[in-house]
Amino acid sequence: MATLNDYLLVSGLLFAIGLAGVVLRRNIIIVFMCLELMLSAANLTLVAFSRFHVSPNGLPDYNGQMLVFFVITVAAAEVAVGLAIIVALYRARQTIHTDELTSLKG
Amino acid sequence: MNPAWFLLFLPLAVAAANQLVLKKTGLAPIVSVASALATFMIAVLLLGKNETAHFAWATIGDFSINIGIKLDQLSTGMMIVVTGVGLLVHVFSLAYMKDDAAKARYFTGLSLFMFSMTGIVLADNFIMTFIFWELVGLSSYLLIGHWYQKDSAADAAKKAFLCNRIGDFGFMVGILMLWGITGHLAFDSMKGGLEAFQTANPAIFGGVLSAAVLCIFCGAVGKSAQLPLHVWLPDAMEGPTPVSALIHAATMVAAGVYMLFRLQFTLGFEVFEGLQASAVIAWTGGITALVAALMATQQDDIKRVLAYSTLSQLGYMVMAVGLVSGEAGMFHLFTHAWFKALLFLGSGAVIFACHHEQDIWKMGGLLKKMPITGLTFLIGFAALIAVPFTSGFFSKEQILEAAHEKEPILFWIAAAVAVLTPFYRTRLYVVAFLGKNRSENASHAHEVGPLMSGPLVLLAILGVIAGFPFVASKFAPAYHQPEHLIHLGFVTYVSIGALLTGVIAGFVLYAGKEKDPVSIPLLQNRFYIDGIYDNFIVRYFQDAFAAIIAFFDEFIINGLLVGGLSRAAESFGNLFRKVQSGSLQGYAFAFGLGVILVVYFTVFPR
Repeated sequence: MATLNDYLLVSGLLFAIGLAGVVLRRNIIIVFMCLELMLSAANLTLVAFSRFHVSPNGLPDYNGQMLVFFVITVAAAEVAVGLAIIVALYRARQTIHTDELTSLKG
Repeated sequence: MNPAWFLLFLPLAVAAANQLVLKKTGLAPIVSVASALATFMIAVLLLGKNETAHFAWATIGDFSINIGIKLDQLSTGMMIVVTGVGLLVHVFSLAYMKDDAAKARYFTGLSLFMFSMTGIVLADNFIMTFIFWELVGLSSYLLIGHWYQKDSAADAAKKAFLCNRIGDFGFMVGILMLWGITGHLAFDSMKGGLEAFQTANPAIFGGVLSAAVLCIFCGAVGKSAQLPLHVWLPDAMEGPTPVSALIHAATMVAAGVYMLFRLQFTLGFEVFEGLQASAVIAWTGGITALVAALMATQQDDIKRVLAYSTLSQLGYMVMAVGLVSGEAGMFHLFTHAWFKALLFLGSGAVIFACHHEQDIWKMGGLLKKMPITGLTFLIGFAALIAVPFTSGFFSKEQILEAAHEKEPILFWIAAAVAVLTPFYRTRLYVVAFLGKNRSENASHAHEVGPLMSGPLVLLAILGVIAGFPFVASKFAPAYHQPEHLIHLGFVTYVSIGALLTGVIAGFVLYAGKEKDPVSIPLLQNRFYIDGIYDNFIVRYFQDAFAAIIAFFDEFIINGLLVGGLSRAAESFGNLFRKVQSGSLQGYAFAFGLGVILVVYFTVFPR
């Protein structure tokens, strides 16, 4: 039987992998995927807490799971907008390599 | 309302209107002349009044600085001189400055000067005197530098202003000292304060008062061009000639004498008897008179000769004031104003007729070409060298008598000046007006128009009659009527002897000469005083000071404060610029780091 700690460990690993991907990878699609990975890690945490926090009536605490739906919805919207931006960016610059997208440099 | 306020503020209003509105229209000269005429009439109306009026100009706590008017014989008489000479000079300027492109500016300057000079004369307290004292300095600067395109005129204006400022600094200190001593600034209440001080501190009274008077005298040294600050006046001849007549001969330079006399009049003459400061004043005046007369004997520029003779006559007046015979000084100021204005306007007519030729050796024979100018000039010349029964004779006589009575050495100095004056004047007249034409310009000279000759004739009449008791007792600012018109005595014999010696020497040396038979480099170079100022004071004192200030400016102000601040801002900017790397992941990393920090501080609060 997996305990809450196991879930949280997996979730933390996922989050760390996602963060490392965001910071280290140069391909903007990969960065984007890693961002989704971090959101999934957060979702996993929420679900785990929901499952292991039992109310006095014997049912799990559904508040956490409800929050997951919101996160998924927002993530879906975010993917739609984000991918559109990436496509537009590629059309404008012919590159999606972050090292070459430095027009904000002061 | 007191008409004296119009007298004071009308010229200011005219100056403002000229500068702001009438500059383009060509009306400015007419308006200025009208204002001069109006002020002259008001001044005549005010004769003999004894009134004061004032309003508070600046109030600080329970202390207030007044702008006030004091009418008494001294100020109303002086106003006759200022507005009378002023009016004639305005009229003369109409013709003299006819073709000048900046006529409006010139007449604005004249009106501003009339305002400032009126302020000095009418002032009822020392702060007001000082304010208007500075204003005359300013208007003199503007008018000397009227032809500012010429370097020499711009330099002369600057020199006049700086010399005056040096004197004015002392003047200001003197005013403050006198305020400290008497506790009052208004002339009317000063005497009471002085007496209170005298009874409270009898031991230091004389010394402190002497110091205050000497500081105030510094102002007169600057304005009335006494040694050692006399250097600006000859250079001031760079200005238009009518300006020289009005400001640098008749009125402004006499302001120093007027102010000193006003001081004596206010504090009481008996206080000044035997005061050390009085001796210093008298000797400064006497030495200035002698030195200036010596310098005048070797000048070739017609206006410069006149300038040095002005210096010399001012020396006489200051000497008289120093000898506590201020009436004689003021009487001489009164007569001198008319005939010296006449001489300057005459020289202006000559310069105008000779197409701006000022070297007397290039003139000659002008009496035939310009009879009115020549004759009026001769009358002014007679008054200046004190030919009996001209105005200058009476006033100079009083000064010589005062000197004879009080200080024999100064009397002999004054007598020496009385020999030199006819000598250099005869030289000027013989060379410029008699003999043959010595240049193209002089042979083409012809008589000037009525706008110029009119004032000359009027001034010539005044130059003769101003000394007689029936005029002087009525109009002169201060006049002590002698028992007899001419008191034949030792002084008169010396004076007439000096006159004859000077005139004969002048004729013998200069009649029919083509060039100067005498050449004394020491006098030509004005005792090298200008050179000493340039080479020592300017180089070692002023330039060293300038170098220190330049260093301070360059390195401390510019380098450290201004430059330092800008460099600090720039380096901060560069620092923050590094943060804007433009790298997406850099931002993400910083963001992550920030979140971790926030979490850390929330979870582990201190």
